Amino acid sequence: MAMTDAHPTGIRSWLTTVDHKRIAIMYFVVGFAFLLVAGFEGQLIRLQLAAPGRDFLDPDLYNQLFTMHGTTMVFFAGMPLVVAFFNFVVPLQIGARDVAFPRLNAFSFWVFLFGGLFLYASIPLRAMPDGGWFAYMPLTNPEYSPGPGIDFYVLSLLISGVGSIAGGLNFLVTILNMRAPGMTFMRMPLFTWMALIVSALILLAFPPFTVGLIFMLFDRSFGTHFFDAAAGADPVLWQHLFWVFGHPEVYILILPAFGIVSDVIPTYSRKILFGYPVVVFSGVLIAFLGFGVWVHHMFSVGLGPVVNAVFGGATMLIAIPTGIKIFNWIATMWGGRLRFRTAMLYAVGLVATFTIGGLSGVMHSSPPADLQQTDTYFVVAHFHYVLIGGTVFGLFCGFYYWFPKATGRMLHEGLGKAHFWLTFIALNVTFFPMHFSGLLGMPRRTYTYAEGLGLDIFNLISTIGAFVFTLSFVPLVWNLWRTWRRGEAAGHNPWDASTLEWTTASPPPHYNFAEIPTVDRRDPLLHPYIEPESRGEGDEPGGAVPRRQPDEPPEPVVMPNPSYWPLVLAAGMLLMTIGALGSLGLTLFGLFVTAVGLFAWAFEPPFGEEAH
Amino acid sequence: MEGPTSTGIPNRKLAMWTFIGSECMLFGTLIATYMIYRGRNLVPPYPHDLLNIPFITVTTFVLLMSSLMMVLALAAVQRNDLRATKLWLGLTALFGLIFLGGQYYEFSHFVHEGLPLSRNLFSSTFFVLTGTHGAHVAGGVIWLGTLLVRTVNGKLDARHAETVEIAGLYWHFVDVVWIILFTLIYLLV
Repeated sequence: MAMTDAHPTGIRSWLTTVDHKRIAIMYFVVGFAFLLVAGFEGQLIRLQLAAPGRDFLDPDLYNQLFTMHGTTMVFFAGMPLVVAFFNFVVPLQIGARDVAFPRLNAFSFWVFLFGGLFLYASIPLRAMPDGGWFAYMPLTNPEYSPGPGIDFYVLSLLISGVGSIAGGLNFLVTILNMRAPGMTFMRMPLFTWMALIVSALILLAFPPFTVGLIFMLFDRSFGTHFFDAAAGADPVLWQHLFWVFGHPEVYILILPAFGIVSDVIPTYSRKILFGYPVVVFSGVLIAFLGFGVWVHHMFSVGLGPVVNAVFGGATMLIAIPTGIKIFNWIATMWGGRLRFRTAMLYAVGLVATFTIGGLSGVMHSSPPADLQQTDTYFVVAHFHYVLIGGTVFGLFCGFYYWFPKATGRMLHEGLGKAHFWLTFIALNVTFFPMHFSGLLGMPRRTYTYAEGLGLDIFNLISTIGAFVFTLSFVPLVWNLWRTWRRGEAAGHNPWDASTLEWTTASPPPHYNFAEIPTVDRRDPLLHPYIEPESRGEGDEPGGAVPRRQPDEPPEPVVMPNPSYWPLVLAAGMLLMTIGALGSLGLTLFGLFVTAVGLFAWAFEPPFGEEAH
Repeated sequence: MEGPTSTGIPNRKLAMWTFIGSECMLFGTLIATYMIYRGRNLVPPYPHDLLNIPFITVTTFVLLMSSLMMVLALAAVQRNDLRATKLWLGLTALFGLIFLGGQYYEFSHFVHEGLPLSRNLFSSTFFVLTGTHGAHVAGGVIWLGTLLVRTVNGKLDARHAETVEIAGLYWHFVDVVWIILFTLIYLLV
């Protein structure tokens, strides 16, 4: 099957696509849908907590909802949205025509999608997991969680984890190996740098979690004793395995947002990034330290003062490279010619709100303080400030920044700004009061609270804030609708940005670059000493990179073939996963489909005829 | 597309090295679990009741020799000596199969002696750790068998030496893991 039609459409072309830009769109749409679902779950939780003693949700359903909210947000909204940006932006930023392994890329998407759908199949079966997104043992062993709920959690994360590891491998090899000539490491855009670091984090952090999930699966299904204290085991092992993954996971979600902001702030400040090498290496340092701080999630377990002190100190160290980044962003804006477009508002919003979340994080890096704050709403406030104020703001920032590149249309600025201000207000109204309710001692994961504890007003404000969040999607959806109907054309480089993705058409042709550019400096489209305005019409800034790619490739371009086999392989793994709920026959059939997919994939010619 | 790469290392080979890095974390976690739980088993039988060091030493030797066969297979395909390639690829896979046969015998012997998977902490950690390794060996045997069939069918020659090399990287990694397991589980019992 050769890709003779340059713009194939129809459902089949999406099922078989290996184009990183289309896979990015699929990741974004599915990840955004899961974001809305998980946001709705959070909204239900806030409705229950709006006033003391409400019985809108019963305790059992409440447990299921906060488990699904957390699990979905981290694994099926946050991760895929991050990977959507990796997919769309990284090959364009490094001057490549696709990722290193296009079919593996499609496979990663399909197993992620199937993992998410499998988790949500627990709703019609009325068996949602209810052990929290961390699923602590022994609460989640068969004795205390007898139904299939936890099995849905374990199996969906096992199957989607395979896709995450495959994606990490793919992007690591892509960034190391597929850079355009002259694109040295210290010339890579910051988003690509953070994608490289995060790919390494995924590859190193997911295997311990996978092993922990396998232990849990075996304990639940085959009667092993990995977390069984009566057999001599230690249930705390699960906490170690979970958090040695779980803490790097936090950086998997935040570093890409830092990368986006590091590309966006210089663009709208008309300056180059202040202290580029320092921003790069502080990202590396955050990732490195991120593997040595997991016990700060477990201070109250009682591992002893020495262990807690060491991990508390290591946690405080992370504030240094993070603070360095924040100062570099501020210094980039300092004296710049600032343009507050929507993406810039989100970037500046991130700098402000992430700092608040970072400061409360430094507060509970101290074990004695943490013992007061752990399992209270103070911690809920902290991580929503970093995950919404950091990750979600960063992702929206990237969305407004690269939307014209991806679609060729400009979004409406006024609606975009309304969207920003609504989310900014919603975040602070919802989560700032939780600092107070938390310090007053309100426990997390408890379906209600008593009257007269001084918690009522803070919870009511938080619930009002949650409604503003729901409201904030109105200008976004309106904006998308308006742009779809009559958005103005974007052109190659609407923001006068300096990286390679802005040299090609919007949306880019499926081969990305008609000619692979040769890079000779860090900001190929921006000479550091020439202001863009002072350049004459058609004035080349003096670099080897043309400011516009030619409309037609001068030489024929060979692109990878579309393929069904990634979908077949992922479907085989889904069948095995469903079979693991209790049908050996289905598992064996799934194994057969997996084997067919694997061999057919291996023997299929990956490259086709010319695209032109 | 498959042009020169930025690092000079072919994409597939770099991917295998990267995958091996990730696998180190997988086996590292399994091994750490085994070592943390060593000596904490509360229910008999205990490791020293069952582990048969002389027998496993023999199968370990066979697996190590398979790595030598793998090296010879790669050397043969690189000089396009397809007869020797078939011989050494076949022997690599065969030695891997002998190792798996030994593991099957060991597992069934243990179950027969009263150590099913769900018996105690030792059975849980031992079977899952060595079983994961065995699954990796089995995957490698299928891979090598596929390469052998391709060579017999005339579809694999010196132009595909890189494919054999990448399979070899995987195979040697699985062997190295076994040396660690053999030392920690059997020699230090």
